[in-house]
Amino acid sequence: MTDSADLDYLDGNAAAGPLSEFFAVDVVSARGRCAHCGRTAALATARLYPSSHGLLLRCPGCTEILLRLVDSGDSVCLDLHGLSFVELHRDEGGSQPNPQPPA
Amino acid sequence: MRTGWNVAEVIGVTQETTTARTLRLRLPGLTGHRAGQHVDIRLTAPDGYTAVRSYSVASARPGEEIDLTVEELTDGEVSPYLVHQVAAGDQLEVRGPVGGWFVWDPADPSPVQLIAGGSGVVPLMAMLRAHAVADPASAGGSAPFRLLYSVRGPAAVYYRAELDELARSPLVDVTLVYTREAPAGSPSPARRLDAATLTARALPAADNPAVFICGATAFVETVADWLVQAGHSPERIKTERYGGMGAKP
Amino acid sequence: MGIVSPGFFGRRRSDDPALPPGQYRTEDFPVLSAGPTPRISPDEWEFTITTETGQVHRWSWTEFLALKQDDVSTDIHCVTSWSKLGTSWRGVSLDTLFESVESECEFTMAHSYGGYTTNVPLDDLLGGKAWIAHQFDGETLEPAHGGPARLLVPHLYFWKSAKWVRGLELLRQDEPGFWESNGYHMYGDPWREERYW
Ligand SMILES: Cc1cc2nc3c(=O)[nH]c(=O)nc-3n(C[C@H](O)[C@H](O)[C@H](O)COP(=O)(O)OP(=O)(O)OC[C@H]3O[C@@H](n4cnc5c(N)ncnc54)[C@H](O)[C@@H]3O)c2cc1C
Repeated sequence: MTDSADLDYLDGNAAAGPLSEFFAVDVVSARGRCAHCGRTAALATARLYPSSHGLLLRCPGCTEILLRLVDSGDSVCLDLHGLSFVELHRDEGGSQPNPQPPA
Repeated sequence: MRTGWNVAEVIGVTQETTTARTLRLRLPGLTGHRAGQHVDIRLTAPDGYTAVRSYSVASARPGEEIDLTVEELTDGEVSPYLVHQVAAGDQLEVRGPVGGWFVWDPADPSPVQLIAGGSGVVPLMAMLRAHAVADPASAGGSAPFRLLYSVRGPAAVYYRAELDELARSPLVDVTLVYTREAPAGSPSPARRLDAATLTARALPAADNPAVFICGATAFVETVADWLVQAGHSPERIKTERYGGMGAKP
Repeated sequence: MGIVSPGFFGRRRSDDPALPPGQYRTEDFPVLSAGPTPRISPDEWEFTITTETGQVHRWSWTEFLALKQDDVSTDIHCVTSWSKLGTSWRGVSLDTLFESVESECEFTMAHSYGGYTTNVPLDDLLGGKAWIAHQFDGETLEPAHGGPARLLVPHLYFWKSAKWVRGLELLRQDEPGFWESNGYHMYGDPWREERYW
């Protein structure tokens, strides 16, 4: 049980849906820098802990939190203070607009 | 407020195996997607309670229609509903397709190694399908593709006939590894995927393939470690973990 | 509200009077993982209470186990909507730990190994309402469930019962902890469904 709990995480890529409520482009393909250890990598490669009280993305290098998102139904709350920057590449997938609902 | 939730119509259901079903959805206004992306599905109970889960897109068609294949987890909250209850004509709330990372880029000439554990074959199937319809003279269309598919037994294989068909292409190689039950008359017994089989059947690190691994978290973790030990660059390995759904390789 | 999915009810919720609104009953003990599980050996474990004057009260594992132990049977309610009824715990009452502590403060912040924090008013920790628990169901508390020891404040949502607890800090003013600073309720009474801000 202990071990399975430790394996209870997904890839940051799975956060693409919830984050699409905030960003017009696919932000999981963007590179983000961990404010704690400086590791810089695509957010899709971070560890996503989904079964927690909110969505948590952790740095795979130092396990510190990069991003937190809490959805309370009426509102969604995003805390980015674990990221010291985010870089999008225009000509890669990162610039692909997220699909939008038809009007 | 404008959110990403759209109403999709279920336009067809096909039983894939005894425990998995493919749902065909129409998402009005969708103009295709990238191979490997997923959608989020939101179910709402009469009292307003909601549950959201992610499902990879299996298809690779340009228009408004997408296919999902859902494996039932018997004590799960959402998958039994999608496998047993949903019927053609029903509506489902869908966000996406989203995710620009775990995707195959048809402009990339790299050889591709796909590794699936169980239902993890779904987004890899989308990549195989996208590859099959790509111009054979294009960069991606002429790239070699290999699929290593670890699955409980012959009866649990998704897309069987189509995989056989795809494997006729000289560019495509499909290897099935049976973990619990080997097909009748098979020379080798069922056993878990191991590092030796993996390195024997996967494209070598020297070819610098683009690697996509998808399945239960423990499977993905183990396979990715083996590949790195076999000399594959972690930068070339993309993973999609489905969660702690049990099954190790 | 989105479109209703006919025939979908979610994990069965009931009108059981033992359950706060919006909760369903579970027999197993789900683990909500928010990150890697800290592993703390009893030799390195300590528990502290820090007052507003900076005075630190400290217990080693052995000192902690030598204190009066309570057996507690209680229901627990997780904000992610499961409730588990009649759970049994063993641990030290916070009344016991606070016996020698002098403070004017009304608020506390629980700190955990691994960096987690959560705020609880002092009144909610005293009067036989809260424990530092180190056994669950007669067994040593597993790391996945917060072992060596976790805070147990069963009358509040279970996120207040900080896993891997290592200390309490007394505060003059209420401050949000880890989840409270990102959408979760400052107090968290399950009977009033105080889930979010
Ligand atoms: C990006 C992505 C793509 C995916 N694509 C696919 C796909 O193409 N096909 C597919 O089949 N799946 C896919 N998955 C997995 C899918 O999202 C679901 O996780 C899966 O269908 C199980 O959902 P469920 O609601 O049925 O199970 P859940 O209810 O989530 O339960 C999963 C297991 O955990 C246990 N459990 C969980 N919570 C509790 C609790 N509170 N109390 C007691 N037990 C609990 C359940 O008993 C069950 O065994 C994907 C996942 C991701 C992240």
